[in-house]
Amino acid sequence: MIYVVIVFLWTSILLYVLLGGADFGAGIIELFTSKKNRSKTRKTMYEAIGPIWEANHMWLIIAIVILFVGFPKIYTTVSIYLHIPLVCMLLGIIARGTAFVFRNYDAVKDDMQKLYTPIFVYSSLITPFFLGIIAASSVSGQIDLQAQDFLSAYIFSWLNWFSIAVGIFTVSICGFLATIFIIGQAANDDDRNFFVRKARRTIYTVMFCGALVFVAAYHENIPLASWIFGDTLGLIAIIAASISLVIMFFLLQRKKPVLLRLLAGFQVAMILFAATYSHFPDIVLIKNGTNLSLLTHQGQAKAIDTLGYALLIGSIFILPALVYLIYIFQMKKEVQETH
Amino acid sequence: MDDFLAARLQMAFSLGFHIVFACIGMVMPFFMTVAHFYWLKTKKNVYKDVTKAWSKGVAIFFATGAVSGTVLSFELGLLWPKFMEHAGPIFGMPFSLEGTAFFIEAIALGFYLYGWEKLNPWFHWFTGVVVGISGLLSGVLVVAANAWMNSPAGFDFVDGKYINIDPVKAMFNDAWFSQALHMSVAAFVSTGFAVAGVHALMILKGKNVLFHSKAFKIAAVFGTVAACLQPVSGDISAKDVAHRQPAKLAAMEAHFHTGRNAPLIIGGIPDTANKKVDYAIKIPGLLSFMTTGDFNGEVKGLDTVPKEDQPPVAVTHYAFQIMVGLGMAMVLIALLYFIALWKKQQWLKSNWLLKLFVIATPMGFIALEAGWTVTEVGRQPWIIQGVMRTADAVTPMPGIAYSFYLFTGVYISLAIIVSLLLYRQIAMVGKLYDSSTKPHKN
Repeated sequence: MIYVVIVFLWTSILLYVLLGGADFGAGIIELFTSKKNRSKTRKTMYEAIGPIWEANHMWLIIAIVILFVGFPKIYTTVSIYLHIPLVCMLLGIIARGTAFVFRNYDAVKDDMQKLYTPIFVYSSLITPFFLGIIAASSVSGQIDLQAQDFLSAYIFSWLNWFSIAVGIFTVSICGFLATIFIIGQAANDDDRNFFVRKARRTIYTVMFCGALVFVAAYHENIPLASWIFGDTLGLIAIIAASISLVIMFFLLQRKKPVLLRLLAGFQVAMILFAATYSHFPDIVLIKNGTNLSLLTHQGQAKAIDTLGYALLIGSIFILPALVYLIYIFQMKKEVQETH
Repeated sequence: MDDFLAARLQMAFSLGFHIVFACIGMVMPFFMTVAHFYWLKTKKNVYKDVTKAWSKGVAIFFATGAVSGTVLSFELGLLWPKFMEHAGPIFGMPFSLEGTAFFIEAIALGFYLYGWEKLNPWFHWFTGVVVGISGLLSGVLVVAANAWMNSPAGFDFVDGKYINIDPVKAMFNDAWFSQALHMSVAAFVSTGFAVAGVHALMILKGKNVLFHSKAFKIAAVFGTVAACLQPVSGDISAKDVAHRQPAKLAAMEAHFHTGRNAPLIIGGIPDTANKKVDYAIKIPGLLSFMTTGDFNGEVKGLDTVPKEDQPPVAVTHYAFQIMVGLGMAMVLIALLYFIALWKKQQWLKSNWLLKLFVIATPMGFIALEAGWTVTEVGRQPWIIQGVMRTADAVTPMPGIAYSFYLFTGVYISLAIIVSLLLYRQIAMVGKLYDSSTKPHKN
């Protein structure tokens, strides 16, 4: 049952990065779009994410519940030592979630929009940035359970060049997901070409930020390259992601939105796989080497069992409903358009 | 401010904020689907208008409730890591189920809000019902987790270790039913009165009267019926608390001395040092009767609890008085409303009844917050009743005071913006929703 729970945990994190990430990306893209094209981008994005945006963010709650029920020691250690970046991420989540609703549901469209919009776009940037910092800090081995002073316990546990680079990389991934997603939503060929150009530029950005992560890891003496390339499965994952990226690059112009989205999702899944697989079952690396492991730091058997059943039962309800929701608002629309 | 107090205040503030949004987000869908049902049955446009207007409200409150709930799931660990380390696996069952219920709610809301003219009309209506039911279910599950803190079950606590855990037993602890019932009814009372009060005000102002009258009636019927059921559920809760947490009941009642024929103390100022209550109304024997069913029954006082295990008396007592007082006021208004509905139709047209509802707008929510104050402060100094102290659960990280200021600032700004948004939604009813006055688009 523990493996069922781990699969659910990993899948929830992946889906949050993919679906929530594309949502964050919508705000990031809005930030990096010239004034002239901004309202077009915004309108297209809103039509695409409107119906499912709430559901996209539920994956984070599922992941966090799995952590505190199944792996309480891991949840509490991260909560204590990464308190500050977690709070920053939460503030981003609050600001973004509310600003999104406010700007779409304010009955009067006036100067208040000038307040909501910057909050929305900047929090779309900040939230995944800190999400990346948190993810990087859990593997950068700087969490020090013996730390005596405030700085080394609560600041240097997460503040280093590697985690900042991963934060920037996460932001670029979100932007990438959003641009690939939006290509399929384009109303006409002009828009499509505009979004395709945008997608090309985000792909270059992602590759640049990815390189930045390796440089930062080298600088911080984190053996990132050997983690990812030293392991056969990890290496295969990265090669598969690279090949699919090349394929995608040539497919951007073709009108195959679903395939493009699947490829983008596949690439992100492979990156997450390569990043997590090499440590498995360890999930949080601690300074003195007493790493937190999903297998040795799991809760008591009974807790894991009931959690596993609850998740299995839950997914019977959630998945069909979610698929139907996406089908109704995505596929139907495309069918209508082609007719 | 010391870190422990700051952590408690931050938690209280976050919960107090979340609870308002969560309640409205879980009860409004029921109002909305009733209006929607009338629209499907009667095809009167006013019901469709009300449904659409309310669905906007649901969207705003749901989103705010969802983010504040996400924040809470992190705050449990950020502020109380020692508690979560042990409690997480034991009382996690309702949380993992709640994740499902909440997820379904979000999906159903997606269908509902964007499904006009896209879905089969009755399937569309049904998704609204699913929003309501799954929302209510989420509420019940979260309250079951809180009930576990009051009535720990499903584990053995041996030499400081939590062994033989049984998450299902933990979920169905002794307090889950009475607490979940009391809270669910409270959600209907407070949302019903709040919504009815707003529409009553608009009727008094003479704006879009037909629209607001229909809306008022639906909300008022929900709120008043729930208000009359609440004393019954309150009685169940009180007997339950007397049995499980005598210290909490004693603090609620400012009942210092154990004894038979115990009086019900109404109002007054508790004097903890001299163990007495000044300026209170005392009804002899009533407390004994209410908690044991016998006027001569024994009620345990604070003297049975060691001093270091006693909850703060004044706060708990005042909060309890506020809750019961407002609850009773709402029962009275509810009775007047029922008389008006059945016997005195002319009252419904008169201003005084509507004015009463306007005055009662915030009463339900004040009572709700007061009730949670009783539950939480009355459990102190324990975070898990009799097992773990709140002070032992707090995070070792210093500087929580700053985090408290930060979150307080954020929540206050959010409350202001949400109020502005609601004000605008209501002010714009004539233009946006009421099809009898709405400017027609060409």
